[in-house]
Amino acid sequence: MASVIGIGARPLRKEDRRFLTGRGNYVADIKRPDMVAGVFVRSPHAHATVNSIDAATALGVPGVLAVVTGEDLKAGAVAGLPCGWGITGKDGLPMKEPPHPALAQGKVRHVGDPVAFVVAETLEQARVAAEAVAVDYGVLPAVVGVLEAIKDDAPLLFDEVPNNLCCDWALGDRAATDAAFRKAAHVARISLVNNRLVGNPMEPRAAIAEYNPATGQYTLWSTSQFPHVVRLLMGAFVLNIPQHLLRVVAPDVGGGFGVKQFHYAEEAVVTWTAAKIGRPIKWVCERSEGFVSDAQGRDHVTEAELALDENGKFLGLRVETIANIGGYISTFGPNIPTNLYGPLLAGVYTTPAIYCEVKVVFTNTVPVDAYRGAGRPEATFVLERLVDVAAGEMGIDRAEIRRRNMIPKEAYPYQTPVMVQYDSGDPKGCLEQALKASDWAGFPNRKAASAAKGKLRGIGLSTYVEACGLAPSRIAGRLGARGGLYESATVRVHPTGQVTVLIGTHNHGQGHETTYAQIVCEKLGVPFENIDVVFGDTDKVQFGMGTYGSRSLVVGGAALYKAAEKVILKGKKIAAHLLESSEQDIEFEAGEFKVAGTDRKKAFADIALAAYVPHDYPLEVLEPGLEKQAYYDPVNFTYPGGAHIAEVEIDPETCVVSLLNYTAVDDVGTVINPMIVEGQLHGGIVQGIGQALFENCIYDDISGQLLSGSFMDYCMPRADNLPRMSVATHSTPCAHTPMGVKGCGEVGTIGSPAAVANAVVDALAHLGVNHVDMPATANRLWRVIKSSSLLQAAE
Amino acid sequence: MNISFVLNGKSVRVEVEPATLLCDLLRDKLGLTGTHVGCDTSQCGACVVHVGESSVKSCTLLAVAVDGARVTTVEGLGTPEALHPMQIAFHENHGLQCGFCTPGMLMSSVEFARRHPSPTEEEVRHWLEGNLCRCTGYQNIVKSVLHGTAAMHAEGRA
Repeated sequence: MASVIGIGARPLRKEDRRFLTGRGNYVADIKRPDMVAGVFVRSPHAHATVNSIDAATALGVPGVLAVVTGEDLKAGAVAGLPCGWGITGKDGLPMKEPPHPALAQGKVRHVGDPVAFVVAETLEQARVAAEAVAVDYGVLPAVVGVLEAIKDDAPLLFDEVPNNLCCDWALGDRAATDAAFRKAAHVARISLVNNRLVGNPMEPRAAIAEYNPATGQYTLWSTSQFPHVVRLLMGAFVLNIPQHLLRVVAPDVGGGFGVKQFHYAEEAVVTWTAAKIGRPIKWVCERSEGFVSDAQGRDHVTEAELALDENGKFLGLRVETIANIGGYISTFGPNIPTNLYGPLLAGVYTTPAIYCEVKVVFTNTVPVDAYRGAGRPEATFVLERLVDVAAGEMGIDRAEIRRRNMIPKEAYPYQTPVMVQYDSGDPKGCLEQALKASDWAGFPNRKAASAAKGKLRGIGLSTYVEACGLAPSRIAGRLGARGGLYESATVRVHPTGQVTVLIGTHNHGQGHETTYAQIVCEKLGVPFENIDVVFGDTDKVQFGMGTYGSRSLVVGGAALYKAAEKVILKGKKIAAHLLESSEQDIEFEAGEFKVAGTDRKKAFADIALAAYVPHDYPLEVLEPGLEKQAYYDPVNFTYPGGAHIAEVEIDPETCVVSLLNYTAVDDVGTVINPMIVEGQLHGGIVQGIGQALFENCIYDDISGQLLSGSFMDYCMPRADNLPRMSVATHSTPCAHTPMGVKGCGEVGTIGSPAAVANAVVDALAHLGVNHVDMPATANRLWRVIKSSSLLQAAE
Repeated sequence: MNISFVLNGKSVRVEVEPATLLCDLLRDKLGLTGTHVGCDTSQCGACVVHVGESSVKSCTLLAVAVDGARVTTVEGLGTPEALHPMQIAFHENHGLQCGFCTPGMLMSSVEFARRHPSPTEEEVRHWLEGNLCRCTGYQNIVKSVLHGTAAMHAEGRA
């Protein structure tokens, strides 16, 4: 047999060839017969009543087929967009959950809120007609910041939601935390803002829908990370289409990062309208449209304090956060700043008492939901900035204060005071390896060399833990999840021994076609090139929850592993028959079924053939065929972790920050394909660097207009403002996933913002600076340096 | 308007509206969907093609402007059976993840390689500032371009 390309190998990616040669199949590439084009009319106001919509002129534009409004959807019994995760406040009451109509009904609540959908024979005609839709708005005062939104006199987005407060949530033991603070030798405090981000996958969202009146079948092609969930949410909750008559296809998708893991209004409106007019409709989002309609990320305002004893040992942590969830509840919106934030506040430390309160607040901005990291970068940023502040105030080395508080490797499994139990980890191992790899000890020399050139050099460290592969369903349900969190996989062995995997996760850059093939190759001994992976089509794949939250390998890969084991079990029964042995005596190894202790054996392909050509087969006790399916519901999250170190240089003349070095050591459990894992780490780290140094989503305080609404205004990381990163893994296997794997998709984004921010603050520490909000742009640093210098002069 | 040009080595004659952008002509009318559109402000570079020897953003060029020119898209760079050295380099160095920016990255990189026989990493990074990637952090793209450039020159394909 061919050599095994299994767990730990670095084969090149199977999926590359179609992308390298322009043969990918993205939604915008698809054409359907008789297809027409749709354009959304969106609100130019952040907050307004919709008094009337006059579509007469638009309907007169040549080629126009339909203008659909919120009233039409209401008349058509189309329901609002559902939320997939409800949370409960500290008062025990459920969150406020006002309706989220797919097209505005009576009111718009953010710039970009969809008001009407125009369909025409050509895109140009639809654009012209969209301009001609006359909407009479009654402009209302808008509120975009959370501190303003919760004031008593703030404009209300929803009459039924006082103070725009969706939920007042809490986690942890308040009394124990208060007691910890009472015995503290030192209390470190910080106020910070976690800046709002726009996910910006390079492929804009798109949707094509068609309806076949002869069969009653709807098909939606969507740029989705989870087509089965879209089918469930849209079919069962919004459009009332039976699941068996709705097919959702997410073909090649050009990046997701969370942005494409929600059920969006456009999907429902395009599908509903396609059936109404009896023509397939294509809608492709423009980038500027994506800036005002893709769910955004982060946006917290936080006050936090850390209680320490005289040796710098953490005694207690208190965090108060106000989180912006925008104008409506997006699919997972309320879950991100609560269940994916509070439980991460223990980090890798033994802090015995933690109490966290989060106010989740509506504002006149684009809805906020999961963006790569989703809650966990925000928690890490609070904790790791606060630890640096404490270290500075107490005069303890920043690495040393972390060492003193880290959970020792031997203490795992470790129960934190904030709900989660870590199964495995070695924070100190990661830290020491990162310190060494970054030459932390040699930093003073480098700082002196920079100083000789008139530059300010700083180094920053962040440790982190992440919780990913959300699970188990039972517990998630108690926390408000309205769906399951398992994954499914089918291993279909063909009569000739090749294998097709059908899996409910979605590959949009993560290399699943390669990684999953490695797992099958390892388990079944089937040659790597004889394995194909099918995903993204509800008509092909049984079911699945899709790809988000670093879950694909840990949950989907585990389902695949289980399905492959079932194939082996059945194969053993077939082999026992063919080899005239008992099933208990059959061993499966390296693609061969053997009778233990003999040289009698059958190759995997022979067993496959026998299963499908059952001439000599135990038909009385065994069905023909060799195809097995497994569902896997994890017993716990997985907890990757690590240590990241950033080194920056600031030019005090221009206040421009240059990121010079970046070192990451991450514990992602067992690594299936190191090449792919490194790629995930690179990409994740740069998204976190983007938050720390470049990216900022800003709304005008008064008008609520988005000021950073294009790539000219919203600064994406580019090749020329990044260093070559050093990434390495220091893995402890996960104790509960079948292969010991942990997630790796988000770790980079979780560890990096604090590492970079801590480096920037370190470079300015001599000015008395102890915090700089992100992004650390030249403009912001100029103000920080200027005010700090003035303060110092005054003293 | 009627225009004719050489597209990926073949003569094309086509009727276009004066306002049609080159990217839309390629994608919608000529069926070459390898050229992607990732923004509306000429920032992202997913739409880069070659007009003559130069890499250009096809979202910023009217289709009529290529009348009489030689246009190469990613589909014309190499074939699935015989990849161009730059495509091989992106494959071997994991220079792509979701694949959406890849066609533009490849086309920009090929022109870069022709102009820079032995480039530094810094030169690569500077050249790629007009191409956005959200997946890779650019690290393996830069590595791919360095390898691809060397391969193009070694094979006399520059």
